Amino acid sequence: MTTVTPDALSSTRPEVVGLSPWAWAKKNLFSDWFNSLLTVVLVTILGWFIFRLANWALTTAQWQVIPNNVGLFMTGTYPSSLYARVWALLAMICLLAGLSWGVLSRNLSTLFSRNVLIGLGVVCAFIVLFPPTRPSSLKLLPMVAIVAGMAAIGRQAGRQRPGIGNWVSLLWFLSYFVALWLIGGGLGLTPVSTNDWGGLMLTLLAAVSGIALCFPLGLMLALGRRSALPVVRWLSTVYIEVVRGVPLVAFLFMGQVLIPLFLPVGTRPDRVLRAIIALALFSAAYLAENVRAGLQAVPRGQREAAMSLGLNTPATLGLIILPQALKIAIPAIVGQFISLFQDTTLLAIVGLAELLGIGRSILANPSYLGRYAEVYLFLGVIYWFFCYAMSLASRKIEDKLNTDER
Amino acid sequence: MAQDSGNRSFDLKAMLRDERFWKIAFQVITLAIVVALASFFIGNLTRNMARQGRIFGFSFLLNQAGFSIGESLIQYRPNDPYWKALTVGLSNTISLVAAGIVLTTLLGVTAGVASFSKNWLLFKLSRSYVGLVRNIPLLLQLFFWYFAIYGMLPNPANQIELLGIAFLNNRGVYIPWASSAGLALFAIAATIVAAIAAVYLWQWRIKVRVETGTGGQRQLVALGLLGVMWIGLLTLGIDWTMPTGIEGGGVSGGLRLSREYVAALSALVFYTAAFVAEIVRAGIQSVSKGQWEAAHALGLKASAVMQLVVFPQALRVIIPPMNSEYMNLTKNTSLAFAIAFPEMYSVATTTYNQTGRPVEVFLVLIATYLVICLLITLVMNQLNRTVQFKER
Repeated sequence: MTTVTPDALSSTRPEVVGLSPWAWAKKNLFSDWFNSLLTVVLVTILGWFIFRLANWALTTAQWQVIPNNVGLFMTGTYPSSLYARVWALLAMICLLAGLSWGVLSRNLSTLFSRNVLIGLGVVCAFIVLFPPTRPSSLKLLPMVAIVAGMAAIGRQAGRQRPGIGNWVSLLWFLSYFVALWLIGGGLGLTPVSTNDWGGLMLTLLAAVSGIALCFPLGLMLALGRRSALPVVRWLSTVYIEVVRGVPLVAFLFMGQVLIPLFLPVGTRPDRVLRAIIALALFSAAYLAENVRAGLQAVPRGQREAAMSLGLNTPATLGLIILPQALKIAIPAIVGQFISLFQDTTLLAIVGLAELLGIGRSILANPSYLGRYAEVYLFLGVIYWFFCYAMSLASRKIEDKLNTDER
Repeated sequence: MAQDSGNRSFDLKAMLRDERFWKIAFQVITLAIVVALASFFIGNLTRNMARQGRIFGFSFLLNQAGFSIGESLIQYRPNDPYWKALTVGLSNTISLVAAGIVLTTLLGVTAGVASFSKNWLLFKLSRSYVGLVRNIPLLLQLFFWYFAIYGMLPNPANQIELLGIAFLNNRGVYIPWASSAGLALFAIAATIVAAIAAVYLWQWRIKVRVETGTGGQRQLVALGLLGVMWIGLLTLGIDWTMPTGIEGGGVSGGLRLSREYVAALSALVFYTAAFVAEIVRAGIQSVSKGQWEAAHALGLKASAVMQLVVFPQALRVIIPPMNSEYMNLTKNTSLAFAIAFPEMYSVATTTYNQTGRPVEVFLVLIATYLVICLLITLVMNQLNRTVQFKER
């Protein structure tokens, strides 16, 4: 037995032992011979790889292709004389984002905590220093200011009127149509053909529209598949299973070629619209399965209790079953949204100039021949950023809705 | 009741309140909408096709294809019929799927288990691999592998030689292979049989050791013999051709895996394995902590805890979602068409472009992928049944 020193007895709370770097390395990297061997091998391989990568990035790589084509990457072949409209769109999104941030954090004691200030500082520094964003930093810095300013306003408003959250949601909904108007023109603005929509703007538009369309559809299919009515159940099941058995490329191909065939002679919906419809019809089948898993996790007693209280079927679903089912299904649903966002890259295959498509046409330009690694790495960072942000948001929502653990 | 039935307006109200009426009415309405939509679409389709002077049918599959296919596992010439061309596409898809499933499982399970490693570096590596690869679209990764990695390999004159048995250049990868297709199939079949036999021997050994507490030497000897036989068969029984570099660039002998095939395979494997790793991780996490502790308390080594206690229980959670990952892999092989690998989808698009028959080609395409996915599901369900918890 070890003896207990008086010192240890007198201490009031257990002390968290901070390991010295040497002890930490011994515990986590060199605990036994196998571990040590593994560490040495991994360090060698990773070191070589990182050295080669850094060497390439700093000497061989020609990054000029990125700053030279920022406009193309962001908006495709959108006429540069109308860029003001895209900036207006960005300003609107920043406005709403700031407002939502303020309203959501109305219960925090300090809005601009140290971490948030550091984050804002990093963003500003990035905008000024990063070559592709530097030329437009005079427009981007005010955007950051808009976000911060609206956050402060939103917090004040949120404290005075707690019900303002619904209004913000409504504003987001309306902003979608304002965005379409700003991009596409009409009603007093110069119209821009969808052939000129492109880049990150088209990627985000397709993803948002796809998500907005596939969610209600997927919900209906999931409810249909769980329904006690045989006709509804069979139709939903057949749709879900057939769509899940077909690759998305084939589905998009069908969207481009077959949708015009299935419509009356002469009607031919716009190709961006066709692609978005195909994307939404495809994702709805997968989303339905995620929602169905959530529905199955709601105990039977919930439905029976609701029925015995005299609620009819729509009220039981809307007030009792769906809120619980969707809460359970949130991680899977966001996962499906992330994969829908990634699937927008397939629009490049059917000839749309979304982010990956515009990257490919830049690479086809003789002056940027062979800049594959530079362009694809840049695109990879953009996609990674958005997907990672979505999964972070999902984790936040999960924590917020997780009422069981309290 | 008799009084009420005379009052018609009361009946109507009662009917509208009756859930049974609404159940039937809702189904009738749904069916009517679906039938109306379907007849609208099919009517338009027949009108549109009649306008182009076409009648629905699959007889075009017997016409001469007239296009050549870059690589093929079976004999094919451009004057073969369309169905033959589609079969070539199918065989290329299956070769991607088969190799993809094996490699994905190996890499995914390794990465998943590695995330439980005590080695901090390995743990971090596994986590960052999953976090990086899952958040970047597969098509982008495919282009990266094809153009930025395999495309930047040196030309045949400066090709890279790996340990004297494999060659890499910007035309593809060259590996040792059996000298004829029959021998290669034989070697693969022998490997599968040996692997199954080894699994059974290993389970038998564990059973004997669990029941008697000792022994198992005989099974170990049998396992060793099996291994020796397998290695002997592969080295002596099969005539290997080694790739050899030619003076001035290029490779003769061995098997050439085209750059398209290798790039598609790499992208599919690295992407899908990240999802498999997450499934394996979730499966291992689902095994309750008490199982780990009990196994440690019995004095089992760390490797034995994983092999005998944790992994068999985790498999029950792992197998069902693996099915959908394999199906995703199968469907994602269609993306290889974007880098001009002649798989099923790519051949189907060429067929459509030449014949102008989107509906028929699309139906063939759906049917093919559905059948492959169904076969995978059948096998996985069988596997699932063997690992499920046996209850009375």
